[in-house]
Amino acid sequence: MDETIQAQEAAILEDIGEQLKDYDQNRGSLIPILQMIQQRHQYLPPDSIRKVAEHMEIPSSEVYGVATFYNQFRFHPPGKNPIKVCLGTACHVRAADVILENFERKLGIKEGQTSDDREFSLERVACVGCCALAPVAVVGETIHGHMAPSKVEGLLMRIQIHKEMAEREKEKEKNEQS
Amino acid sequence: MSSPETIRQRFAEIAEKAGTEKAAAAGRTVPKIHIGMATCGIASGALETKAAFEEAVAAQGLEAEIHPVGCIGHCYAEPWVIIDYPESGFPPIFYHEVTPGKAKMLTKLFLAEGDPRFEHVYGATVENEMIPSVTEFPRFNKEKRLVMEKCGKIDPERIEEYIAEGGYGGFAQALEGSPDAVIDTIEDARLRGRGGAGFPTGRKWRLAREAQGEEKVVICNADEGDPGAYMDRTLLESNPHQALEGLAICAYAVGAQKAVFYVRAEYPLAVKIITQAIEQAKEAGLLGEKILGSDFSLEVEVFQGSGAFVCGEETALIRSMEGHRGMPIHRPPYPSEKGLGGKPTVINNVKTLATVPPIIEKGADWFKSIGTENSPGTAIFSVVGDVNHPGLVEIPTGVTLRSLIFEVCGGIAKKKKFKAVQIGGPSGGCLPEEFLDTPIDFDSLIQAGAMMGSGGMVVMDEDTCVADVSRFFLDFTQKESCGKCTFCRIGTHHLLEILERITEGEGKEGDAEQLELLSREIVKGSLCGLGRTAPNPVLTSLQYFKEDYDAHIHEKRCPGMMCRPLIAFYIDLEKCARGCDACVGVCPVDAVFTTRTRKKGIDQELCVKCGECVVACPPEYDAVKKVSPPHLAPVIERPPETRTESKKESS
Ligand SMILES: Cc1cc2nc3c(=O)[nH]c(=O)nc-3n(C[C@H](O)[C@H](O)[C@H](O)COP(=O)(O)O)c2cc1C
Ligand code: FES
Repeated sequence: MDETIQAQEAAILEDIGEQLKDYDQNRGSLIPILQMIQQRHQYLPPDSIRKVAEHMEIPSSEVYGVATFYNQFRFHPPGKNPIKVCLGTACHVRAADVILENFERKLGIKEGQTSDDREFSLERVACVGCCALAPVAVVGETIHGHMAPSKVEGLLMRIQIHKEMAEREKEKEKNEQS
Repeated sequence: MSSPETIRQRFAEIAEKAGTEKAAAAGRTVPKIHIGMATCGIASGALETKAAFEEAVAAQGLEAEIHPVGCIGHCYAEPWVIIDYPESGFPPIFYHEVTPGKAKMLTKLFLAEGDPRFEHVYGATVENEMIPSVTEFPRFNKEKRLVMEKCGKIDPERIEEYIAEGGYGGFAQALEGSPDAVIDTIEDARLRGRGGAGFPTGRKWRLAREAQGEEKVVICNADEGDPGAYMDRTLLESNPHQALEGLAICAYAVGAQKAVFYVRAEYPLAVKIITQAIEQAKEAGLLGEKILGSDFSLEVEVFQGSGAFVCGEETALIRSMEGHRGMPIHRPPYPSEKGLGGKPTVINNVKTLATVPPIIEKGADWFKSIGTENSPGTAIFSVVGDVNHPGLVEIPTGVTLRSLIFEVCGGIAKKKKFKAVQIGGPSGGCLPEEFLDTPIDFDSLIQAGAMMGSGGMVVMDEDTCVADVSRFFLDFTQKESCGKCTFCRIGTHHLLEILERITEGEGKEGDAEQLELLSREIVKGSLCGLGRTAPNPVLTSLQYFKEDYDAHIHEKRCPGMMCRPLIAFYIDLEKCARGCDACVGVCPVDAVFTTRTRKKGIDQELCVKCGECVVACPPEYDAVKKVSPPHLAPVIERPPETRTESKKESS
């Protein structure tokens, strides 16, 4: 597993190097560059910060300082199923913190973390724009309104089932091909 | 060459093309199904509803046009559709909560057989003799839509539809006259910025116009950092062109060659739609070089904000665009003299800019006839929380809070009592019942201790704890403080600590006084609006709901029963039904156990106080009770055997 992850990270760095050619050294490009990296790779790997700093000819600490200032940037890869629990005002008054805690309990990770197998990650966000459906959780791209602590387990189960189904499909295809 | 005639003629050609298309569409008699497809619609299942209509229409061999539109602000009704089927003899009809099943049923019975199913009708969209019209409902007739007028009517991804509704007419009209004439009109209209502070827009533009500098920049602020407001994003998702038109008029007025949309990166749909809108406007010849044959050229780009509340503040916003941490700097110099890259820069909110085109088109006097003397026009709020009809509302200024909450938004849900309304998000305040007759405008709200701010409005019923809500906002502002000013950085930290202590039942004598003192110092010692307004939620709630704080501090009791360390759930054995297992099934932590009499009890040590058992308990038993302070809950011993059992199951 470690080796595949290392290989993945090397590939990411190479891609970043390639993309950076399109950007000038203008300081105003810094945030768009970081956004580009995160958009392509879902997070900012540690070495990417160094790479950007070299490109811009500024210290890594400068780049890191800017990146950590903003909520958008992630320094850990998200899980395959990123889960975001809304803790905006409307969701808060509908006890969204209990929903978040329940996800933490069921997944065995804390808010801001990714599970060891990189299947799940858990984040809190502020208002996803569907306050009328509070409390809200977002799994991948899908928004789930009117959440309740007791719905958490079912939601995770559904993801698990989908995953197993996809794996079985793959197996089947493999078997058919061979 | 840039004569008003050329401009008028060029624009007339564009408008005519869009108009013919609209007329052609109107001429067709096939039924039209409009579906609201903004973020909120999609979250409620609008995609599935749309697919169901498509499928059913095809299956029935019918012809119908499915028209995706933006949000109309009626979030409680999502997913909604309007079916416009002139041949049926009925007016266009609004249906709410249209599930895929309902979509199939309506296709079969209404579209194929001509029966609109009266039991599912919400109302007709126009007055008529057959069906009660929505225009008779307060939600519709108390509203006055300038900014949201076209939201939910047009497809935001097609510029033709905006133009066919009269869009870009204001811009063309502005180009025909001088930039100074535009500023005169805006000044005369007394338009005030909708970004929170209510600064006169005309004056801001005039300063930038008169500022020294070859190059100038205008920026549309769509950073929307308030954690409970979503109108700016909805406006961009539902009708991007109106804000874009306003931005172009602003650029013309101040003499800018460059305009920027600063949109949160967390709003992917808004980013996509506005980027596309800019492309389309360029193609139509409404942006770019020598627009409509005039001497005016404008480039518009999108900058994605990276999600920091403080970047909504204009100097911080500029710093972030320059590639730095978004920390505010001292004003003056104001951005209108020295902004992005040292160039004179105008920053306006989305709603401010979207208000500009109708003013140019219809004139300052028309605008001043709406709303109050000092804050003419409309105000947009996202009203959420415990009201029956949450959503986005646009009302003329001067309407009272009472009318907004009880008429337009249908009053408090579940027949509960009103307790407080929080206006303006993290910078705003919490107002009690006595203030419900306050008219909504910039000055009256500030006088009451709240502010227009972001336009977020959270209505709270008697089961809400204002101390907890203050803690929530402080938790937010403390995390979002950029750290520049000591009072803001450390002061908010201490405020939060005290509030946490209070809401956890560890409050001490003198805490309330400490909160107040600290709040006043933070207001005084902070540079930007974030620090200066962060204590507002605390100050107002202390002033109007002191007894809530006292109950927490002295009795360890939470009157709204929200602070989890201060409440407990128990099961009333008199009411509990033997053998009903509803509460056992929903408990996420196996805290509910069965006693030897087969009634249920709650293990207080395991209970996380999520309240699911209250919801699950059938109303005819109503056996789960909530109390504060927690020691009021009667002790029910858990039989040891149930404990091992639950352990075994979970392992
Ligand atoms: C902490 C803070 C956050 C702000 N957030 C926003 C925001 O999200 N959107 C906005 O338009 N204005 C925001 N403002 C106000 C802006 O600084 C600025 O006044 C506004 O964009 C000017 O536009 P207007 O004149 O059209 O109101 C914020 C101000 C402060 C101090
Ligand atoms: S507060 Fe959660 S969606 Fe708005």
